[in-house]
Amino acid sequence: MKNNMPILEARNLRVERAGVAILDVPELTIKEGEVLSLIGPNGAGKTTLLVSLCHLFKNVSGNIFFRGREVGKDLSVSEYRKRYAMVFQEPLLFNTTVFENVAAGLKFRRMGKGEIEEVVKENLEQFGIRHLKDRSARTLSGGEAQRVALARAFAVKPDVLLLDEPFSSLDPPTRESLIDDLERIIRESRTTTLFATHDRTEALRLSDRIAVMNEGKIHQLGSPEEVMNHPADEFVASFVGIETILDGTVVRESRGTLTVSVSGYEIEAIGEVHPGERVILCIRPENVTIAKNSKGMATSARNVFQGKIEKVTPLGLFQKISIDCGFPIVAYVTNDSVKSLSLEEGKIINVSFKATAIHVMKKRRA
Amino acid sequence: MELILEGIKKAFTLLFMLDREVLDITFLSLKVSGIATMISVFIGVSTGATIALNEFPGKRVVVSFVNTGMGVPPVVVGLFVTIFLWRNGPLGFLGILYTPLAIIIAQAIIATPIVMGITIAAMQQLPKKLRLQILALGASRLQMVWMLIKEARMSLLAAVMAGFGGVISEIGASIMVGGNIKGYSRVLTTATVMETSKGNFDVAIALSIILLLLAYSINLILTHIQQKERPR
Repeated sequence: MKNNMPILEARNLRVERAGVAILDVPELTIKEGEVLSLIGPNGAGKTTLLVSLCHLFKNVSGNIFFRGREVGKDLSVSEYRKRYAMVFQEPLLFNTTVFENVAAGLKFRRMGKGEIEEVVKENLEQFGIRHLKDRSARTLSGGEAQRVALARAFAVKPDVLLLDEPFSSLDPPTRESLIDDLERIIRESRTTTLFATHDRTEALRLSDRIAVMNEGKIHQLGSPEEVMNHPADEFVASFVGIETILDGTVVRESRGTLTVSVSGYEIEAIGEVHPGERVILCIRPENVTIAKNSKGMATSARNVFQGKIEKVTPLGLFQKISIDCGFPIVAYVTNDSVKSLSLEEGKIINVSFKATAIHVMKKRRA
Repeated sequence: MELILEGIKKAFTLLFMLDREVLDITFLSLKVSGIATMISVFIGVSTGATIALNEFPGKRVVVSFVNTGMGVPPVVVGLFVTIFLWRNGPLGFLGILYTPLAIIIAQAIIATPIVMGITIAAMQQLPKKLRLQILALGASRLQMVWMLIKEARMSLLAAVMAGFGGVISEIGASIMVGGNIKGYSRVLTTATVMETSKGNFDVAIALSIILLLLAYSINLILTHIQQKERPR
C-alpha cells in the first residue's frame, strides 16, 4: 500500500425509521485494496449500511469521505457515484440483451462504441459467460444472471465494489463456482470490496477484515482470526459459530490462569481478570473432545467433565453433540467417531477441552 | 335484412373504389387522433414518471385524481373545451373552435390521463431497488429516469394503445368542438353518426368498417412489437 489514506471513510452514519435508529455507525474506514465483509443476521443493517455508503438514501445523516474528499462537498454526489459499483441480492438486470446489460454502466459514462465492445467482451470472458452475449437477460438462470450482474459492475472498473449478499439466492454448486471466480477476479484486479453476507464461511474465505453487525451497529471489526477466535461480545461469539457460551465468576487467578466457577463447576481458562469478576467463556465446538472414560484424555486438556448426551444432530460431515455436564456444552464429532464411540442420546461420556481453547470475555455491566 | 345486406355491398364498393370523401375523412381521423395521442404520450409519460418516482405530500390525491381522469366522459371534455374556445370565452381570441386543432386539443385532454395513469402504474410496478441499481452504476438522474422508462416500455406501449383507442373511437368531444364540417373537420365517428341519422346506411357501414380496421391494425402492430420483445 502506497499511502495510508483510506479509500472510503464514514463518520456518524445514522439512519432512522419511525424514530428508531436502523443504522448507527460512528466510524468506518475502508483501506485501499482490502476486502471487508459485513456479516450479521437478516435485518442487521448490512444493506442499509451499503446503500448509505453509496449515498443512495436521502435520509442518512453523517459524512462520507472518498479518498479524503467529502462527498457532497469536495466531491459531487454524481461524481462519487461514478467511482463505485454495487451488486444487489437480486440480479436486477435490465430487460434487454446480456451485452446491453454489461454495457449499461459504460453508456452512463458516455464511453465510445468501440471501447464499450472491448470492455464488455473482456468482462463477459472473465465471468465465463461470453456465449450468453446476445441472449435476452430474462432467459438466464439465477447463476447466469448474477454473473451478468457482477460483470456489469466490474465493467465500470469501480474503485470500490459493494456486494449485497449476491450469492444468497443461488444453489450451493452454483454459488461455489461463482465465489471461486469472484475471488480470483477481486484478487487479480485488487478491487477494494465491501461484501455483505449472512454466511460466515463466505466471509472467511474472501475477507481481509470482517465486521460483525447486529441491529444497525458494528459489534466488532477485525481480522477473520480475531473475530472467529476472540469475539468481542456474546452476539459476535454466537454468530461466528461458538456453540458454547457460559456465564461464570472468576474465583482464583494465578499467573494468567483463571479458575472460573460455572454453575458450581470449576473451569480453567487463560486470561487476566480479577477474582470476583463475572466473565463469559466461549468454547468452539471443534475444540471439545469426547472420550468414553477419562483415561485416554490428553494431559494438556485441563478441563475434564463427565456429562450426559442430550442430543445428537447430524450436520453432514460431522455431528453436533449437545452434552449436559451440569452446564451445557457442544462438541463437533466426525461421523466415524460417533460410530466408534457409539455416541447416542442418554449416554454418559467424558468431555475435555484445553484451557487455552477458551476465549474469556469480561461481562459488560448493563 | 335486405337493407343491411345492400348497405354492406355498397360499403365494400365504396372502399374498393377508394372513394375520395371516405379517404379524406379517414386521413383526417388518423391525423387528428395520432397527433392527440403523441401529445398525450409526451405529457402523460413525463408527468406520470415524475409522479411515480417522487414522494410528496398529497401524492395519493394526485394519483386518484389522474385515475378518475381516465374515465372522464368525452362529452364533458367537449363541453369545457367548447366553453373555453367559445367566441366570448377565455381563449375565444384564438378563433379555433370548429377546427381540427380544437379536436386535437379535446382528444389530447381525453387521452392524457389514460396514458398518465397507466404510466404511473407501470413505473410503480418496477422493483424499487432497480432505481438504486441504476444509480449505483453511475447514472445521472435523467439517465435513470430514461432507463426506467425503457424498462417499463411494454406497459407504456399498452398506454399508447389505450390512449389512441380511446380517442379514435370517441365522438362526443369531436362533434362538439369540431362541428363535423364537411371536408374540414369531419372525422370517422362524426361522419358515421351523421350518415346513420340521414339513413345512408351504406356509407355509415363503410366508415364503421374502416374504423374497426384502423383500430385493429394499429393494435396489431403494437402487439406485434410487444410480443417480439418477450423472452424467447
